[in-house]
Amino acid sequence: MILFLIGLISGIISGMGIGGGTILIPALVIFAKPDQHVAQSVNLIFFIPTAVIALIVHIKNKRIDFSVAIPIIVCGLLGAYIGSRLAITLPGPVLKKYFGFFLLVLGIHEMLRRKEGNIQKQGE
Amino acid sequence: MNIIEKFTKDKKGKKSIYKCFFGGEFLTKYIKFILIGLATGLANGLFGSGGGTITVPAMVLLLKKEEHVAHATAIAVILPLTIVSALLYISNDFINWGLTVKVMIGGVVGGYIGAKLLDKCPSHVLRKIFALFMIAAAIRMIF
Repeated sequence: MILFLIGLISGIISGMGIGGGTILIPALVIFAKPDQHVAQSVNLIFFIPTAVIALIVHIKNKRIDFSVAIPIIVCGLLGAYIGSRLAITLPGPVLKKYFGFFLLVLGIHEMLRRKEGNIQKQGE
Repeated sequence: MNIIEKFTKDKKGKKSIYKCFFGGEFLTKYIKFILIGLATGLANGLFGSGGGTITVPAMVLLLKKEEHVAHATAIAVILPLTIVSALLYISNDFINWGLTVKVMIGGVVGGYIGAKLLDKCPSHVLRKIFALFMIAAAIRMIF
């Protein structure tokens, strides 16, 4: 049941495009205690059907800018290969610590981003 | 003439490749695409998440996209990158199918609700709560 709830909440957040994995992975690691790699693979696989469903809704609402998406995808595929290979070579506890730092940076960034948004709104 | 000007101008004093390269709007745009793509792919592969948290602000700040368009486009970008990373994780046996399926059942329902909410609900309040959760979880994982 706890696993279902973790999935449900992360699904809502990632469906809104905020980034559900950054809640799913720490929630899994803290409550279900799998290896860091396994927690990350759960999130990657979990994202696929969730994203497909969200994508269908967004395509219907014509929200996707494909002229931007396609060139970013091409470069992103190379990055994805390098990043995954690197993750696989790292031991679990080390990867968990790196993930913690990454999460901390993202959390602080989220806080600062709102201020930028406010400035933009004032400028409009 | 400062140092930067010396390096960016040739002997005839014309603007060099550097200036043309970064001054040209067309190329600047593609450099942004490359940087956003590489950073998103790297983070998403290494940490199994966070692609959206990089792509969305990058598209808003660098490419001047509207937030709702950036959110939706980010999902289209991250999906193929995630498939590549997931295949690499699975082929190296970093997988627990029982755990994954249970989380996924919740996730599919949540993903549908979330995409619907994107049209109706302002996400500012949610972001505030979300950022606090991230920082708390990060501290717990580091120490």
